[in-house]
Amino acid sequence: MTPISYLEVFKALNSEVMLAVTALAALTLDLASLRRAEPLLRRRTIGTVAIIGLLAAVIPLWQQLGHPRTVLLGGTLAVDDLILVFKVVIVVLTLLTVLISMDYDVGRHVGEYFAVMLFGAIGMMLLISAEELLTIFVALELTSISLYILTAFHKSELRSQEAALKYFMFGAISSAFLLFGLSYVYGVTGATSLEGIREVVKSSGVGMSPLLATGMLFVIVGFGFKVAVVPFHLWAPDAYEGAPTPVTAFIATGSKVASFFVLLKVLFIGFAGLEGSAFWGHFSSGWTMLLAITGALSMVLGNCAAIVQRNVKRLLAYSSIAHAGYIFIGLVAASRMGATSVLFYIIVYSLTNLGAFGVVAALSSRTGGDELQDFDGMAKRAPFLSSLMLIFVLSLAGIPPLGGFFGKFYLFASAIQRDSQNFGLLWLVVLGILMSAVSLYYYLVLLKHIYVVDSKNESRIITPTYLNVTLGLVALAVVLLGVYPRPILELLNSLVAAL
Amino acid sequence: MRVDWTIYLTFLGAGLILLLPRDSKNLIRWVALLTGVAALLVGLKNYFDYNAWVNAELAAHNGMLTDGFKQIVNVTWIPALNVNYHLAVDGINFPLIILNGFVCVTGILFSWNIENRVKEFFAFFLTLIAGVYGVFMSMDLFLLFVFYELAIIPKYFVIAIWGSTRKEYGAMKLVLYSFVGSAAVFIGILAVYFSAGGQTFDILELAKHPLAPEVQIWVFPLIFVGFAVLAGMWPFHTWAPTGHVAAPTAASMLLAGVVMKLGSYGCFRAAMLLFPQGLEHWKWWIAVLAVIGIVYGAGVALVQKDFKFIIGYSSVSHMGFVLLGLATLNVMGMSGAILQMFSHGIVASLLFAVVGRMVYDRTHTRQLDELGGLAKVIPFACVTFVIGGVASMGMPGFSGFVAEYQILAGAFQMHPLLALVAGLSIPITVAYILNANNKVFMERDEPAGGHGHGHSDESSSHPPLPPITLPERVAAIILMALLVIVGLYPSIMLNMIKANVELFLRGGR
Amino acid sequence: MIPNSSLPILSLITFAPLVGAVLVLVLPKDSKSAIKLVSLVASLVSLILTHYVWHHFDPNAGLMFEERSAWIPAMNVDYHLAVDGLSMTMVLLTAIIMPLALLASWKQEGNVKLFFLLFLLLETGMLGVFTALNFFHWFIFWELGLIPMFFLIRIWGAEDRTYASFKFFLYTLAGSVGMLLAFAFIYLATNSLDFIDLRQKAASGELAIALGKFVESINTHIGMHIDPTRFASLLFWGTFLGFAIKVPIWPFHTWLPDAHTQAPTGGSMVLAAILLKMGVYGFLRIVLPIFPYQVQAHINVLLFLALASIVFGAYAALAQTDFKRLVAYSSVNHMGYAMLGIFVTVATAANVADLANEKAAALNGAILQMFNHGISSAALFFLVGVIYERTHTRKLEEYGGLRKIMPIYAGVLGISMFSSLGLPGLNGFVGEFLVFKGAFPIVPLVSSLATIGLVITGVFLLGMMQKVCFGPLNEKWKGLTDMNTREICIIAALMFFMFWIGLYPGPLLDASNKAAVQLVDLFQNLGH
Repeated sequence: MTPISYLEVFKALNSEVMLAVTALAALTLDLASLRRAEPLLRRRTIGTVAIIGLLAAVIPLWQQLGHPRTVLLGGTLAVDDLILVFKVVIVVLTLLTVLISMDYDVGRHVGEYFAVMLFGAIGMMLLISAEELLTIFVALELTSISLYILTAFHKSELRSQEAALKYFMFGAISSAFLLFGLSYVYGVTGATSLEGIREVVKSSGVGMSPLLATGMLFVIVGFGFKVAVVPFHLWAPDAYEGAPTPVTAFIATGSKVASFFVLLKVLFIGFAGLEGSAFWGHFSSGWTMLLAITGALSMVLGNCAAIVQRNVKRLLAYSSIAHAGYIFIGLVAASRMGATSVLFYIIVYSLTNLGAFGVVAALSSRTGGDELQDFDGMAKRAPFLSSLMLIFVLSLAGIPPLGGFFGKFYLFASAIQRDSQNFGLLWLVVLGILMSAVSLYYYLVLLKHIYVVDSKNESRIITPTYLNVTLGLVALAVVLLGVYPRPILELLNSLVAAL
Repeated sequence: MRVDWTIYLTFLGAGLILLLPRDSKNLIRWVALLTGVAALLVGLKNYFDYNAWVNAELAAHNGMLTDGFKQIVNVTWIPALNVNYHLAVDGINFPLIILNGFVCVTGILFSWNIENRVKEFFAFFLTLIAGVYGVFMSMDLFLLFVFYELAIIPKYFVIAIWGSTRKEYGAMKLVLYSFVGSAAVFIGILAVYFSAGGQTFDILELAKHPLAPEVQIWVFPLIFVGFAVLAGMWPFHTWAPTGHVAAPTAASMLLAGVVMKLGSYGCFRAAMLLFPQGLEHWKWWIAVLAVIGIVYGAGVALVQKDFKFIIGYSSVSHMGFVLLGLATLNVMGMSGAILQMFSHGIVASLLFAVVGRMVYDRTHTRQLDELGGLAKVIPFACVTFVIGGVASMGMPGFSGFVAEYQILAGAFQMHPLLALVAGLSIPITVAYILNANNKVFMERDEPAGGHGHGHSDESSSHPPLPPITLPERVAAIILMALLVIVGLYPSIMLNMIKANVELFLRGGR
Repeated sequence: MIPNSSLPILSLITFAPLVGAVLVLVLPKDSKSAIKLVSLVASLVSLILTHYVWHHFDPNAGLMFEERSAWIPAMNVDYHLAVDGLSMTMVLLTAIIMPLALLASWKQEGNVKLFFLLFLLLETGMLGVFTALNFFHWFIFWELGLIPMFFLIRIWGAEDRTYASFKFFLYTLAGSVGMLLAFAFIYLATNSLDFIDLRQKAASGELAIALGKFVESINTHIGMHIDPTRFASLLFWGTFLGFAIKVPIWPFHTWLPDAHTQAPTGGSMVLAAILLKMGVYGFLRIVLPIFPYQVQAHINVLLFLALASIVFGAYAALAQTDFKRLVAYSSVNHMGYAMLGIFVTVATAANVADLANEKAAALNGAILQMFNHGISSAALFFLVGVIYERTHTRKLEEYGGLRKIMPIYAGVLGISMFSSLGLPGLNGFVGEFLVFKGAFPIVPLVSSLATIGLVITGVFLLGMMQKVCFGPLNEKWKGLTDMNTREICIIAALMFFMFWIGLYPGPLLDASNKAAVQLVDLFQNLGH
């Protein structure tokens, strides 16, 4: 083992370090000078600090782009272009969450709020870098714990507390599953790095031994909790509903991006060779089959349960369960095109969802509710934000020419391409498309409340300009990703080739 | 300007309207109208150029076309999936493009009186129109699908916000039906793409190398039925009457006038062109379903009590003719089908305008039993309805005759029974149009007084209604004029249609 | 003198009323006199141009004033207009009757604009039917004769107008559908819709061959076993139905009494005088030339139907108590004579060649009878209208003794009645005489039976005269005024033709003779 060069590690993880410093600075600043200031002023000041830190963190990431892949700390962490791109995505998502939070009442502990959020972001960035089982676990825990804390930030609200507790309990169990699974994998293969596991699986030719299968199963169950797929989704609706809305946005986007990214790596690198088959009529055990089944369940259950929801955040929670199901289709494809489509989709999905939760946060903090009827007649009260919501929701529904449509198209295309002779994955695609049709119903119900139903209260809702601009830019990005996906797609495609 | 400017102009108009202040309603209306007219003029200019070109080609090549397409633009859009931005026109889609233009302009005129949320209305309306233009011109399956879906969503809002009877139900039903239909199309498109080697979505390229017959046989019905849902094919038609009834006038016009044509056009362009063997395998099913739709739609229209439902079901019946004509696979039937798309587009727009705008907006009822004697109060509406009605019956001299006559002739060549059963709908159509006309526009007969002349009993006549406005008159006259012009001089359209259909049947593109 | 062929004079005749209709359309609703004037002028323009055509008409020249230009190349449809001996008198009749009918409607109440608009559309339709030689636009004109009439009855009709108008519409439409279908098949088989072309094809046997091939292709395609002969017969009956309803021939006549009775006066005049002739003309122009074999094959049925129309029409008229209904049934009876004259042309007797002259006579008689009936029925319906306007009743028993207070009326009613009855010296005689003269040698039995009709015609017409003008005067009608100048002018114009043709039928007979002989020749030369 080569000696560890801490300078190199520091250089490679420059941006994470900057975020940690920013988090501490925010804490200190709040504690030192802003205790007695107005909450709004506090939020804005500290938020600005966080934003500066996040922007600064992009710079080193940017600079590292284009360099050859480096592996740190004996293969636990890696830095390459694909990882950097997704770190940028995490930073951007955090930045947007901070911007949304500045307008949202997060209680008295403003400094802590932003600091924990930044710690969460660090956890996610590490997760993206991680290429070794234990590091993955640690990073995942750092992320999760930050999110548990954030979920409980509405201290005075019972449902926030309940949500946090539920989230925590489920999260803890899932961590246990994950750890259990990882230990089996280690036990069978004797390796903790993803590359190492792959080598062992390949060279020994053990294939799917019962022990390895158990380990893999538990790993997938653990991740299943994190990304909230059926049947491991039970925490999600409550946590989404109870958490402060910007936190919900963060859970639904940042943590999912990181989890999916690392899941992709675990499956595509670590468990390469253990795919099994999910082709219709040719099922054989392996992770594609597991993912196909959970993905199918998620799409069906998530979409069907969303239909009956009356709360917008819960509705979006179920919709995100369904979207996790769609993403699984891309994973099941287990191909280069599948990987590209998954990565493209999580970018689109996270931006869209962040925008949607952003609008919900901005509006519900002013109307005092996030039930469907609280959005009645919103098109007249807040025409701009409503039109943004239209774009976000339609993108989630997969309506062209928005990003969501193209993302879904590409996911499904990758699944068909996987076995284009016999269309073995067509069943998943058909299911996904049919469930998209179902999802259109509840998305339209949401839009109906905004656009069609009239409200007695017709007073205009004024939102801060920076928020409007921010969300407007997100919407623009969502549109552009649909109309002109070419640059991002080509970038991802070329980067995935190196995977 | 090239004909693709119809798309861009309409989108620009929609964008411009979004920027206008919401209170300057008249300005918004005028912007919408000017947009519509500009797009229409661009469309017409290119239409006549193309027509002249076709005639010249026909003259030069012994009445045969070698390539019916005029390419407009073909650039790479998404290289990862080999998607191209490919627009082209031929004699099949050009009549539909100008149909869209006319329905747009007249729809705006018939919506002149909308006061509630004018800005959003016209923005949605123009987006829908632009999407439709796009579908008609797209020669890339992916692009076609994008435009197709783009046209679905604005419909929901236009109906749900500005509609009437059970508007939310009608709107949702319509959107979900079309979305399920498009889901089938989506699967079909992916299947075609990968079966053909994953090289291109380009329709014209794909058509050059037909897929293996066993693939065609299962993919064809997916795409065909997916589109046919929107064309109101029986038994997938049930969205049509409720959707039409719920929609505001302009939206009913668009729905019946143009959107249903999207479906039938998709059937032709995406399904029939790409799957010759699939078509051969399924054509009898299509023809039989079409005939059932024709007779069923007419029969159900006959027993309706709601004026708008009558027209709604009549649309199902007339769209059945389109599908029947397409299934015949002979020059007669298919030319008739394409012409019928245009013709029914105009007829349906006109009839829905009478029902929705001229009658319902004034009387606030559509129940046949509650209406009556309107011929006295709003004679213009009566005349319009009669002209639209007789055109819908297939009366010679109107466009519907040329179209339906050819379809029946074509269907007869396919199987005489098809034509005979479909022909049954004509007397039924006559009956329901006459019945509606009688109940709505003619005064009730009082139990016979000795007094003979009907015009003198003013007692049963309606209270005064607002007169028919200038925009309504202009729009109605435009549509009626089209019916007569195409009816009396169908060559203006039929030449290019026939030339292209022949090309299609010869196996050209 | 050959008329300037570059001037599309038949188009002008046909479309002059349409131009008038457009003018009426743009006139304001309230300027009623302007509307009436424009309408009258438009119909007079047609009349004057028709007179020009009549003046230059050469019976021996075949198709005259022919206009032909490609219209829908995709469907092989030409715009084709011309007049010949078969249509010339009908164009003339239409052009004469229309201004008179407009004048008769001068006092029409209600929406005058719409009324006159519909009238002018109707005129274009009727003129078009008589001039068009391509099925495509011929059929447009044919239907154009249907819709305005429907509205005229529906809006301005009497108490049962809804029932009558719908019955009229549905009957005629059913007929049109039959015809349309038949032509759809002919077109599919021959790719031609031109009457002249089809007539030649039928004569040369090409049509039969084409139909045979067509049926055969159907049979091979779909494994059905349709007999070509039977198929052609089917087409024949489809077409027959369309015209038989219009004529009307018994038993398709039941719409007619209702429609006539309910229609406004001007409408009844046009209906009886011209619309019915469209049906008969259809037999001359279409059924006989295009389906010669089929007509011949079914001639006995056809003769029976004509006979039934004559006899039953007359009997039904005898039973009427309603003035207008009576006149209506008399139309059925009179059209029966025309049909008899036409079907006789086809009938075969033992010594075929010798009877060509008789057949030509009967056919000429039939054509003349069409013209005559146009004049006399217009006069009778007009006179019914005159009295109805004054009394608001049509019940024959409520009249009586009108001779005393309305002497002029009684006089002209008498003359019109005799014209209709066929009194020598008046027009009706010439036509019916020629029909019977031709028919007796060829179909003696039918002709003898038809004379029953003649007798009954006399009975019911005289009875009608008796009930209206003679007998004691109903006290209710003491204050009635006699006919006014406008009414006298109208009836005088009709009287003029009654006498003129009655005394000097030569020009009209000459006009149709050549065409009649040609039609007879067609059947004489037909293989058996």
